[in-house]
Amino acid sequence: MSKERIGVYICHCGSNIAGTVDVVEVARWAGETLKERGVVVSRDYKFMCSSLGQELIQKDIKEQGLTRVVVAACSPHLHEQTFRNACKEGGLNPYLCELVSIREQCSWIHSDKAVGTEKAKAIVSGGVEKVIWNEPLEPLRVPINPVTLVVGGGIAGIQAALEIANSGYPVIMVEREPSIGGHMAQFDKTFPTLDCAACILTPRMVEVGSHPNVKLFSYAEVTNVSGYVGNFQVTIKQKARSVNTELCTGCGICQEKCPKKVVDPVFEAGLGYRKAIYTPFPQAVPKYPVIDRENCTYFLKGTCRACEKFCPTGAIDFTQQDEYFTFDVGQIIIATGWDLFDARRIPQYGYGRLANVFTSLEFERLSNAAGPTGGKIVLRDGVTVPKSVAIIHCVGSRDRNYNPYCSAICCMQSLKFAHIVRERTGAEVYNFYLEMRTPAKGYEEFYQRVLEEGTHFIRGKVAEITDAARYPGEEGKIIIQVENTLIGKQMRVPVDMVILSAALEPRRDFKEVARLFGISCSEEGWLIERHPKLDPVATMTEGIYIAGCAQGPKDIPASVAQGAAAAARVVGKIQQKEILMEPIRASIDQDKCSGCRICNNLCPFNAISFIEERMVSEVNPALCQGCGTCVAACPAGAISGTVFSDQAILAQLDGLLLKNVKVLDFTPA
Amino acid sequence: MSERFEPVIIGFTCNWCSYRAADMAGMGRIQYAPNVRLIRLMCSGRLDPTFVIKAFAGGADGVLVSGCHPGDCHYIEQNYKAMRRFYLLRKLLAQMGIEPARLKLLWASAAEGQLFAEEVTKFTEEVRALGPLNWNPEAALLSEQVLYRQPAEVAA
Repeated sequence: MSKERIGVYICHCGSNIAGTVDVVEVARWAGETLKERGVVVSRDYKFMCSSLGQELIQKDIKEQGLTRVVVAACSPHLHEQTFRNACKEGGLNPYLCELVSIREQCSWIHSDKAVGTEKAKAIVSGGVEKVIWNEPLEPLRVPINPVTLVVGGGIAGIQAALEIANSGYPVIMVEREPSIGGHMAQFDKTFPTLDCAACILTPRMVEVGSHPNVKLFSYAEVTNVSGYVGNFQVTIKQKARSVNTELCTGCGICQEKCPKKVVDPVFEAGLGYRKAIYTPFPQAVPKYPVIDRENCTYFLKGTCRACEKFCPTGAIDFTQQDEYFTFDVGQIIIATGWDLFDARRIPQYGYGRLANVFTSLEFERLSNAAGPTGGKIVLRDGVTVPKSVAIIHCVGSRDRNYNPYCSAICCMQSLKFAHIVRERTGAEVYNFYLEMRTPAKGYEEFYQRVLEEGTHFIRGKVAEITDAARYPGEEGKIIIQVENTLIGKQMRVPVDMVILSAALEPRRDFKEVARLFGISCSEEGWLIERHPKLDPVATMTEGIYIAGCAQGPKDIPASVAQGAAAAARVVGKIQQKEILMEPIRASIDQDKCSGCRICNNLCPFNAISFIEERMVSEVNPALCQGCGTCVAACPAGAISGTVFSDQAILAQLDGLLLKNVKVLDFTPA
Repeated sequence: MSERFEPVIIGFTCNWCSYRAADMAGMGRIQYAPNVRLIRLMCSGRLDPTFVIKAFAGGADGVLVSGCHPGDCHYIEQNYKAMRRFYLLRKLLAQMGIEPARLKLLWASAAEGQLFAEEVTKFTEEVRALGPLNWNPEAALLSEQVLYRQPAEVAA
């Protein structure tokens, strides 16, 4: 039947596959039953992906003159490239190799060995039929634009931008807020070394702001992304600052003179005020303020213009409009960060109802020397120093009602809070925890230190936080009702102040972000990496990388490491100067094309154009992304797609249904 | 011993979402019905209705078509085209005397391994309840003649 000489290789993957699939039997079956279909070699091997396994294929290509290779192992998303490269090394065009999954889709999901073995046979048979139709192809080469877009100016984005800029390549950074810095800029101290956050962050911010290779857009958003790796087009919306940045010197007189005070819900977490014209904090980068048009008296009532009057350089421009800029970039790093869990969602914890229940971000501002109280830890009245403070861990995380995941930073953050409270106020501190998680360098040591400082640790999930006094000594206090699970007793702990270590959650607009950049997010909303262990910063979409908390909750060292890792990937790609792309493209046979133009409107990339003179359609391979919708729709069958041709898919279908097997031999010999 | 009917189901999956959902189910060792055999396409929009008819003609008792959630398509909007074809195809199947319930459309993102596994098991039970398709072999032969596209140059 088939003229091809096909080699079939069944991987044991240790016991991962061999545990529920009789690999020896599958290899024997393929060798005997599929001989008619061109299988000349059929082997099983412990680990096909090992160098010995790969050499086995290469040896057979040379000695047995194989023209096609089928490997039945793990998912093509894991090792397709490995086996293609192995074939290439062996002198076979890499696209003549087919990897079929009998691990993720067979051995791992079944426990019955007989069932698993039969299914594996069908999958191998499908692979053999498909590979006959595979064509030798060469990857497409596309030049890569060296400009990189970094979305998000928190510590992860800053690190990524600096690494790339310092390697000599241009970076465009887009930040939604008026200043870069992200959440780290709000913190006072960072665990476990208690470095002052501003002292280590602001030099980096300044470096980004003044770096000749970085073009910074703050108070801006990405509104459109098109193109593909190496050649993205992005549109950036620069929101109207109402300040001419070419004239502004950042002197701050406008902020001093502005008569309108507004609660700052973002940077001060609702604890402090800012003016209607403002920079979020004194060290802001860039230094130019913005006018909050929703609150500015001039925009509301048409009078005031105090800032304009006092501005020494005439930089205030009330007529400024939103501006849109379009840039060509080669790669994109997304570091959009996180939002804090809304503690109001747990009504029994009293946040928003009981004045002296604070969230972790509020406490960060409260303890920050540049914060609304100048670093004094006081109750909501602004004067009273608490004598006892409760810190509740896992608020909204590790809780099936809210978020099942661990927010990773709360234990250490709560320990930091305990230390700061005791250091500055001498108050009694009670930490209510589920488990202590202090896994990184220096973290456990910090825990021991806080233990020795005399902080009380009570293991138990807090049931209620209330101001309803029941016993003497509880009047005027906030009472924590909890079961101490180490001694198995209910406790009521009266305190003056409560800090809720609230969960880190994905940005509220994660869906729009994922959609805009064409990447996927988990059920909770964290952006998904290409591989959870081996490829933690790339995404499924070539040329788009993720860093920091956008990928999942993590602390500052981990965010920095990820930012740097993403940058390394980007720089590595730029240095290759061109990118090899999968040659999965559609093409139109102009002899068969009837010129009906059905395909023209189906293509979302405008890759198909109609040639009037010849009355046929044509695919532009540079624009085609290879989805295959036009191939499926062409009534004349004139369009074919490489790698996934009609013939290949129909052949695989026949193989899966075992229609290729003349004698249905299912019983082991 | 009465043998339980084990339906054969062909699943067409999108490279970017549902195929990865199947990978995810595997990585999580989620046990589900072994009856589905997957074909990877680059996009659910690649699904030629011929593939589905051909699957039924070739002995499949059920066909699963799965792609990215509406709005999440890797190729912007091609899953909508798959959806259009799906609804037309269900009508066509009914006209051909095949229960439309043998064809299922499933949106599954790369993260929804659990959902993918549950839906496959559910669909397997639904098809099991419908019983074997037993497509008339003569009709199948006829349909093959009509539907098979002639390979230009058969390599085999």
